[in-house]
Amino acid sequence: MNAMRPATRWLVGLAGILLTTAVFLVPFAFILTMAAKDPVEAARLQFSWPANFQLWENVVSVFQARDYMLIIAFINSAILTVASVTLMVIFGSMIAFVLDRRRSRLNLLINTLVLAGLIIPPAVVPTIWVMQGLGLFKTLHGLILVEVAFGLSFTVLIMRAFVATIPREIDEAAIVDGAGPLRLFFRVIFPLLRSVIVTVVVVQSIFVFNDFQNPLYFLPGNQNATVQLTLFNFQSQAQTTYNLLFANILVITVPMLVMYIIFQRQIVAGMTSGAVKG
Amino acid sequence: MTITQTSRPGRAGRPTRPRRASGSYVDKAYPLWFHLPGGIVFVTLFLVPTALSFYFAFTRWTLFKSTFIGFDNFVLFFSEPGLIGSLRNTLIYGFVTSGAKVVLGMLLAVLLSAPIIARGYLRSVTFFPVLVSTVGVGLTFQILLDPFHGVVNQVWAVVLGIDGPGWLTDPSIALLSVAGIDVWKGVGLATLIYIAGIAAIPHEYFEAARVDGASSWQVFRRIILPLSWSATSTVILLSLIGGLRSFDLIWTTTGGGPGFASDVIASVIYKQYQAGFYGLSTAGNVILFIVVTAIIYPLSRWLNSKETSL
Repeated sequence: MNAMRPATRWLVGLAGILLTTAVFLVPFAFILTMAAKDPVEAARLQFSWPANFQLWENVVSVFQARDYMLIIAFINSAILTVASVTLMVIFGSMIAFVLDRRRSRLNLLINTLVLAGLIIPPAVVPTIWVMQGLGLFKTLHGLILVEVAFGLSFTVLIMRAFVATIPREIDEAAIVDGAGPLRLFFRVIFPLLRSVIVTVVVVQSIFVFNDFQNPLYFLPGNQNATVQLTLFNFQSQAQTTYNLLFANILVITVPMLVMYIIFQRQIVAGMTSGAVKG
Repeated sequence: MTITQTSRPGRAGRPTRPRRASGSYVDKAYPLWFHLPGGIVFVTLFLVPTALSFYFAFTRWTLFKSTFIGFDNFVLFFSEPGLIGSLRNTLIYGFVTSGAKVVLGMLLAVLLSAPIIARGYLRSVTFFPVLVSTVGVGLTFQILLDPFHGVVNQVWAVVLGIDGPGWLTDPSIALLSVAGIDVWKGVGLATLIYIAGIAAIPHEYFEAARVDGASSWQVFRRIILPLSWSATSTVILLSLIGGLRSFDLIWTTTGGGPGFASDVIASVIYKQYQAGFYGLSTAGNVILFIVVTAIIYPLSRWLNSKETSL
C-alpha cells in the first residue's frame, strides 16, 4: 500500500478532501447556518451565511420552548444513556467472562441467544404487554431495561472476543491468592477490559442517546420525552420554525460529538483489536 | 463486531487447553450465576415477548383481551396492497443500502488506507454522520431535498438546467432517496470496519506483490479483497440486519409515504400499533422476524464458509 508517488498522494488527497467535504460536511454547515438565522430568512431554506447571526438567541429559545422541555429531555436522555450503558457493560462483561472461561453445556444456548438478540427484531406490542404486566411501561427505568435487553447481545459479542485475549494465568494467580469469583472479576479482570469497555460505552451511548424508536414505543408522553422526540416540537402542520428546528438538531448533536472526539483514538483501536481481527 | 465468530465457537481465538485435574476448582472461579443479571433482563424483555408474538399474531388483541382468529391477520397482510408492498420495500431497502455500503465502504477504506494527504481528516469526516441522530439527519435531508426550495434541487437546476425530481415526494423514487440518505449516514461505519480489516493484513503480502510487480488492481483483487473477507461479511450482515429493520429514518423523512410508496414492515408495525390493531401489528413483527432470519441465517453461514484465513 505504500507504493504511491508524491504527486499522486497529493492529487488523490485533494480530490478526496473536495468530495468528502461536499458530500459530508455541507449538510452540517447547512445545519449550522440555518440554526443561526432569523425565522424569515430560515424559511427560505437556502444555504447561505445568515444575515442576522443569532445562533445564541436561537439556542436560548430552543431551551425555553414549551416550559424548558429540552432541559427535562436532556436530563431524561442523560439518565437513560448512563444507566443503560452502565448496566450493559457490567452484565455484558460478566456474561462474556464466564462464557469464555468456563466450558459448560449452557454455552451453546447462550451463543445462540446472543446471535438471536442481534438478528431478531424486537416484538413491539408483546414487549409493551409484558412491561405493562410488570409496571414498567411508560417509566424511565422500564425503558432503561429495554435498552439493556436489546443492546446486550452486541456487548457480549465484542467483549467475549476481548476477554479471550486476557491470559488465564492472571486468573490463576488471583485464585491462588485466594480471590473469590467476585473479587477475581471486578478487581482483577474488569480493570483489564478498559479499552474494550471504552469502545462499548461509546458505541452504545451513541446508539441509546440517538435512539428514536424505543422511546417512541415504550416511553410515550411529553413529560418524559427524550431529546430525539423534542425535534418534533418545532414542526407542525401549520408552520415549521426552521431556525429553531435546526438549533435543536445542533444542540442534541453536540454531546455525542464531544464524546467521540475525546475517545476517537481508542474507539478505532478497540474496533481493530477486539472486533475484526477477533 | 464479527457475527461470524459466534457460529463457530470452537475456533474463536481460543486455543484448546489441557483438561484440568480438578475441574471444580476452576468452575468455582467462574460461577454460572454471572449469566443471571443480564440473562433475566434479556429473557423478560426480549425473549418472552418474541415468543409471545407467535401467539398474539394470531389474535384480535386489545392488550386486555385477545381472541384467537387463526391466520386472519396474515391473510389481511398479504391481501392489502399497502401492506404487501411494505414487504417488497423492506427487501429493496435492505439490499440496496447493504450493497451500497459494501461497495462504497470498501472503496473509501482502500483510499483512506493509502498514504494520501489529510488522511486523518478524511477518516473523521466520513465517520461524522454516524454520530448524528437519525432523526436529525432525516429532518435535515427532508429540507435539503425539498422539491422547490431545497438546496439539492437548486444546485441541480443550475448545473443541469432542468428541475430536479421530487426526491421524497415522487412515489417512484422516494424509497431509493431514503436509502441514499441511509447510505450517507452509515457508510462511515462500513469504512471504519474495512479500514480495520485492511490494517490487519500483514505487510509482507503487499511487499511481495510489489516485488513481483503487481498492479494496483491486482493488489486489490488478489490481496485486499480476499483477505478482508471477514470485514466484508461483517459489513454485509450488520448493514442488512439494520436495513431490513430500519424505521427511524423512513419515519422521519417520508413517514412511509407518499401513499404507501416507502412503507417498510417496521413502519407498518408502528402504524398498525398507533391505529390500535395490536394483533395485526404483531403479525407484522412475526413476518419481519421470518424475513430477517430467513435471509441472515443462510447468508451468514455462506459468508463464513467463504472465509480465507490469513
